[in-house]
Amino acid sequence: MSDVSLTVNGKRVSGSVEDRTLLVHFLRENLGLTGTHVGCDTSQCGTCVVHVDGRAVKSCTMLAAQASGSTIVTIEGLANGAELHPVQAAFKEHHGLQCGFCTPGMIMAATDMIARHPQGLDEATVRAELDGNICRCTGYHNIVKAILAASQAMSKGAKGKAKQAA
Amino acid sequence: MGIEGVGARVARKEDKRFITGGGRYVDDMVVPGMKHAVFVRSPHAHAQIKKIDVKKAQAMPGVIGVLTGKELKADGIGNLICGWMIHSKDGSPMKMGAWSPLAVDKVRYVGDAVVIVVADTKGQARDAAEAVEITYKELKAVVDATKAIQAGAPQIHAESDNNLIFDWEIGDGKATDAAIKSAAHVTRMKIVNNRLVPNAMEPRAALGHYDKAEDHYTCWTTSQNPHVARLVMSAFYNVAPENKLRVIAPDVGGGFGSKIYIYPEEIVCLWASKKTGVPVKWVADRTESFLSDAHGRDHVSTVEMAFDKDNRITGLKVDTIANLGAYMSLFSSCVPTYLYATLLSGQYNIPAIHANVRTVYTNTAPVDAYRGAGRPEATYLLERTMETAARELGVSPAELRRRNFITSFPHQTPVIMNYDAGDYNASLDAAMKASDYAGFTRRKADAAKRGKLRGIGMSCYIEACGIAPSAAVGSLGAGVGLWESAEVRVNAVGTIEVLTGSHSHGQGHETTFAQLVNQRFGVPIDSVSIVHGDTDKVQMGMGTYGSRSGAVGMSAIAKALDKVEAKAKKIAAHLLEADEGDIVIENGEVKVAGTDKSLPWFQVALAAYTAHNLPAGMEPGLKETAFYDPANFTFPAGCYISEVEIDPETGVTDIIQFVAADDFGNIINPMIVEGQVHGGIAQGIGQALLEGAHYDGSGQLLTASYMDYTMPRAGDLPSFKVSTSNTPCPSNPLGIKGCGEAGAIGSPPAIINAITDALGVVDIAMPASPSTVWSAIRAKKH
Repeated sequence: MSDVSLTVNGKRVSGSVEDRTLLVHFLRENLGLTGTHVGCDTSQCGTCVVHVDGRAVKSCTMLAAQASGSTIVTIEGLANGAELHPVQAAFKEHHGLQCGFCTPGMIMAATDMIARHPQGLDEATVRAELDGNICRCTGYHNIVKAILAASQAMSKGAKGKAKQAA
Repeated sequence: MGIEGVGARVARKEDKRFITGGGRYVDDMVVPGMKHAVFVRSPHAHAQIKKIDVKKAQAMPGVIGVLTGKELKADGIGNLICGWMIHSKDGSPMKMGAWSPLAVDKVRYVGDAVVIVVADTKGQARDAAEAVEITYKELKAVVDATKAIQAGAPQIHAESDNNLIFDWEIGDGKATDAAIKSAAHVTRMKIVNNRLVPNAMEPRAALGHYDKAEDHYTCWTTSQNPHVARLVMSAFYNVAPENKLRVIAPDVGGGFGSKIYIYPEEIVCLWASKKTGVPVKWVADRTESFLSDAHGRDHVSTVEMAFDKDNRITGLKVDTIANLGAYMSLFSSCVPTYLYATLLSGQYNIPAIHANVRTVYTNTAPVDAYRGAGRPEATYLLERTMETAARELGVSPAELRRRNFITSFPHQTPVIMNYDAGDYNASLDAAMKASDYAGFTRRKADAAKRGKLRGIGMSCYIEACGIAPSAAVGSLGAGVGLWESAEVRVNAVGTIEVLTGSHSHGQGHETTFAQLVNQRFGVPIDSVSIVHGDTDKVQMGMGTYGSRSGAVGMSAIAKALDKVEAKAKKIAAHLLEADEGDIVIENGEVKVAGTDKSLPWFQVALAAYTAHNLPAGMEPGLKETAFYDPANFTFPAGCYISEVEIDPETGVTDIIQFVAADDFGNIINPMIVEGQVHGGIAQGIGQALLEGAHYDGSGQLLTASYMDYTMPRAGDLPSFKVSTSNTPCPSNPLGIKGCGEAGAIGSPPAIINAITDALGVVDIAMPASPSTVWSAIRAKKH
């Protein structure tokens, strides 16, 4: 057994888990954070993407014990209270989801993608960057649209804030 | 149209929970005392079970039960069934081989379930599953349907000689032969439709809970049709009578057909829960899904299309062998027959058609409906043949199609279907315009300068949705009626619950159905709740598949709304002292037309429940139920055009543009409809370029993970140009045709026609992977 202690969505949590427990199973089963999904066994589908210390990580590729000491954000912790994160809002506005199963992983991957491209994104980059996330419903058309829109909205928001600060 | 009414592009109500991690799928369900199951599956494609020894497994840590097929049979659990009877042309019924939920003496495909292990944790169940000792005697396997029906092939079921399930025909063989004989030109092709795995992102799962005190079962399952699951589990598998079995399908993470069927696992989990005394949850891992979900397609056909000297089609003859896998899945028999051969007239006036279909057992996963179900196979066969015919006849593909389009309606085809409405020239025109078809020659020349091979391909599809008129499908062998039910409950404060037998697995019913109610009564969609997916809440329903939830499910809701409206008007007329015929409902107000007399909607609802002042003899309350049985199928149709560029050095196909022009009749929410088309096209492009389930000769599935089976990813696809035209469907009250499958039906031939155009070859196998395309280019050079 391994003792793990980490910060998840701003809260300190700890637990004792079988050594083989993956981070995704710790989140789902020990913490009840079932928004993070399991869609494959081979780290291909990306439905389990969470942020570990600010980076998008497939939580099926990491043991819970390895994550001990880390700060994790899951889909449940992305919104600011009742206010949706701009990526969440864009997925809704642009119909970037259907069955919703890949959606948490898509949104977590997209927020990371936007953060890594502060200069903005184009369609080809978004499509290439989504290589680790599979959606079977949308044909990606509206996911790409949503991510581009969120990227624009966030860069406008950032510029607005910078202006205010100046 | 109001801002939330019919035709409005309303953002989805259900999205809130999905984008915040609040979706609730079967694997998210936790029941007190719940334990975890793992199935031990056959590693062999065909083998006799000589011995099962569970002693070691039973002694493993955390193990609660290790149960076998013998125990299941001893408890009277029935075999799985196929619910659609097809008779061979000699009159004999289809040969249904026994399918025990847990194999007893023989296994017939890799993945056949043999033993269930229940333990405290999934890890412990997995460890114990490894310790179950099964002695098999391997038998020769066969995976190719064309080989399975040859003499000397391994016999898979005692019930069927030469693995033939049925040998069925439709149409007029003599007239078709005569047309071919006297034709000015005959185009002949062999058409292979590749086997696919549906791959909903949520793997199948089941949670069975037997409540001893109540002697009652609850099953949470990943189902597109929980009521059908309850019916079948009660009536055929003897799990429990319907009143003692509740089936709940919570949020369902995609289905595409694969979650229509009742599989062994949910039956076994329910039985195991009673046997072990604990709630039992099973969730498939992805490889398990590849092995045991029903696959799709897998047809091999020959086709002859006859033309007269004016390039008019005079006859079509088709011979198809369909691989149904190791067992007959729930609706497997209707897919290559009534959902396939009845669409072989396409958009064309064809005076004589004959199709012969043989379905065959092989040592592979069962094959059943996958998005489109039979109609993609029909469309692929027809549209590939039309393209080839146009090239052989030296006419443009568009012109050949136009010459043969059906232009007057209703149109009776020689293969059962009676098309009620359509305008095929309109969708062809729209697609040609959107794709700048006229500019293709220039673009091809530009591509050639860059060393690329550019091709363009079109596909004019028709499909039949809104399944189905119950009496009609009953006469064709269906074991169930295909109507839909709805209940509209207006609460005393005017908010509304709609209970429906349709069940969303991503289609946005909570929004679209609420829009219909908003259109009728002006109630905001946030005040309308859609209740579905639970047999304790909704009395009965047939579920969501075959693009039927709009055409059939919403028609049932419309009928119930009619009844609610009629009663509300009676109440309002009484309260407003007006004539019932003068009452209108507009923007949430119930008014006397032409006066300023009105009541807010909620007051009428309240009056129905206080019952202080109702018309004489009227029952209190405002709640109505309706069952809607469609009068006909609906016939969505359209034209898809794709343009591709191929790198001759690598064989990589790049889709430059993909245009879809669809006629879905009336549309409730264009945003949702477009999303359905996008997703369907992606699956169709997946079939054409990327996807294929491959078994080796011994029956091992070589493509059983996302490392091996190529799912379409964002980088494989372009953005799509989609548009709709609208000839309303005359066969249902809303004029809706259905849009869920069109994309998957129309797109594969558009892609393959473009690739063969680019390469200058007659045919290329799907999936046209880079290596396949590269090989075709090399074969042509040499």
